[in-house]
Amino acid sequence: MKLTTTLMASTALTVAAVSAHAQDMADSLTLVSWGGAYQESQMKAYVEPYIADNPGVSVTWDESSAEAVAKLRAMDEAGNLTWDLVDVTAADAMRLCDEGLAMEVDHDEILAPAPDGTSASDDFGDMIVSDCFIPQIAYSYTFGYRNDVAEWNGQVPTEICDVFDLETFPGKRSLEKRPHNNMEWALMCDGVARDEIYDALETEEGRNRALAKLDTIKDEVVWWSSGADTPQLLADKEVVFGSTYNGRLFSLIAEQNQPVEMMWDSQAYDIDGWIIPAGLEDDKLARVLDFLYFATDTQRLADQAKYISYGPARKSSAPLVGEHAELGIDMAPHMPTSPENSVNAFVMNFEWWADYRDDLDAKFQSWLAN
Amino acid sequence: MTITITQPKPVSFAAPVAGLAGAFAGLLVGTAHDNSLLGLVIGFVLTAALAFVWLSVFRKERIARWVTFIASGTMGYLLADAMGAVIGLGFGWLIGWFIFWLGEGRYRAKLPPYTTGQQVFYHFAFRVLCGMIFFFLITPIVVVMPLSFNAQDFFTFTPEMLRLDPAGYSLKHYKDFFTNDDWQQAMWNSISIAPVATLLSVGFGTLAAIGLSDEHVPFRRAIMTILISPMIVPLIISAAGMYFFYSRLGLQGTYWGVVLAHAALGIPFVIITVTATLVGFDRSLTRAAANMGANPLTTFFRVQMPLILPGVISGGLFAFITSFDEVVVVLFVGSAGQKTLPWQMFTGLREQISPTILAVATILVVISIMLLTTVELLRRRSERLRGLTPG
Repeated sequence: MKLTTTLMASTALTVAAVSAHAQDMADSLTLVSWGGAYQESQMKAYVEPYIADNPGVSVTWDESSAEAVAKLRAMDEAGNLTWDLVDVTAADAMRLCDEGLAMEVDHDEILAPAPDGTSASDDFGDMIVSDCFIPQIAYSYTFGYRNDVAEWNGQVPTEICDVFDLETFPGKRSLEKRPHNNMEWALMCDGVARDEIYDALETEEGRNRALAKLDTIKDEVVWWSSGADTPQLLADKEVVFGSTYNGRLFSLIAEQNQPVEMMWDSQAYDIDGWIIPAGLEDDKLARVLDFLYFATDTQRLADQAKYISYGPARKSSAPLVGEHAELGIDMAPHMPTSPENSVNAFVMNFEWWADYRDDLDAKFQSWLAN
Repeated sequence: MTITITQPKPVSFAAPVAGLAGAFAGLLVGTAHDNSLLGLVIGFVLTAALAFVWLSVFRKERIARWVTFIASGTMGYLLADAMGAVIGLGFGWLIGWFIFWLGEGRYRAKLPPYTTGQQVFYHFAFRVLCGMIFFFLITPIVVVMPLSFNAQDFFTFTPEMLRLDPAGYSLKHYKDFFTNDDWQQAMWNSISIAPVATLLSVGFGTLAAIGLSDEHVPFRRAIMTILISPMIVPLIISAAGMYFFYSRLGLQGTYWGVVLAHAALGIPFVIITVTATLVGFDRSLTRAAANMGANPLTTFFRVQMPLILPGVISGGLFAFITSFDEVVVVLFVGSAGQKTLPWQMFTGLREQISPTILAVATILVVISIMLLTTVELLRRRSERLRGLTPG
């Protein structure tokens, strides 16, 4: 009799504990990301496995990362937060953190340590560029070109300044409709040393110099604003040469078999990761943290590289990067961080861009309009 | 129906005119090969020469038209493979018919015998202009349809497609639409939002229109202006306003929030169409009904409603399409859980240019055509039943 009571009591306690735990966490999650192949890789690598482990949870995607800053500001003003976890670039994460729209986190407390016990903050290392930022991947802006352009007489572009060489490589190019990277590449090809680029861009003279260099090819440029544009333009022969995210070019070349090649020279690194919007309700926050712990561990980040050629942000994930999930090709040589590809890479200074972006955006847009 | 006896026209008239048509076709082909002017000239010379031969040397219509048909098809095939052959055959048939239509003076058959040359010219110039307007309206819609059967993931007519090679075509984008959760979710959201919003718009809009048609209502012009303002104010302004207002009310990001927003956008269309039909409505009918003992509700449903029904239905259609096609307001008022088809298409176009969007567009166009046809058939049937038109 006594035993039964004890058993029953403990069972009741367990049940209560489990249900209390379940009640603590919201069972819906709104994730904000970039759409396309990248969102697909997140889906396959950790959202689907997470749902498989937690059958009650429903995940809704919002493909709004491109305007995450503006939308979070509007949500803050309206006092109506509808997002739970937002995928943004490092520079956007810094801006959101400065404005108090993103939650500051203790990386060691909320993220899993590496399998060998290294703490999360050491495992991510330099990738943690802001207290609010939980890095996921390193990607790069780089160029792809068509390998069947008759006018090039068998030559192919090998370095960044070939973008500005209309004599040897005639044809339309596509560049991003934003100043970042374009300004740096222009200065690089105008003879400015790499470590002086950001100093030069702080002066009016340096900015004009970059725009003057871009002026030399302006008539031949198609401006893109979404990552899908350049692949479409290249496939359609609208352009022969264009910049975009390296993962998009990988899928164009390896998955869609288009006659396009990569030009890795002077690829510009950038980091992408999660931020938790400030002001989540407790049950939502508990669910977000539970998901984040799972989605950013060593194995999950390595898994993501099976679907898209972006480098995992954890050092401990790198050795686990294997073959493409469907094509079976080795992914390591397609990573922007691989030794051959990163020979002449440059690291975009996103801290600088977080400070100067509004100024340069305005200048760049008015230059575009003229 | 022939009302004028046709007689052959001189070759000096028919050949140059046929040449002009050929020049237009030549311009299109020439532009595709980066030399518009050359195409224009070749098109003119070839067609004019052809017309001259058929009309003055070898005037056997049946044989001549077959020869033109096949020769043009062969030329198209040589220029651009199978797709070229199809276009060439079409052009050959058309130009063969055109030459003899001109040469035999058949174009005058349906015009009264007393029309002057100038009047004939204006008559056909008007038709050509109308044809061109239709062409410009329809082409952008039609061109996406073959692209939606693309075997590749780009908005591109691939060489395989132009060769009419079956390998260049596939149904995979349609399959993607019907199997992809994002698209299915978006479709169900659209289907569950649009009809409810339409119902609200029709209900409120009809009542408002009936009320405002009564001359005794004070400030009716001002009220009317306010009610149709969602149609006049730029959508983005309404959307931003609704976003902040609905956020305060807790309606932002909810199903009912989107439904209400879409209903507000649809009401002006209903008011305008119903007001237009009410102009022809004879108010003495309601008084007659009241005189015979019907209460206002019965009068409304038995007398007034059947008479203004065409206006209500077309207003409802507009309201439905407004909600079904709307992307700006739903981006503000909805949250990711209320993602509608236009929203999904918008993000799809921006983030991932995939022909699935074209497949969806094609499906939507087909559904719209079926919907409009059904409504039109129903309308005709009810008119026939009411004896308004001879059946």
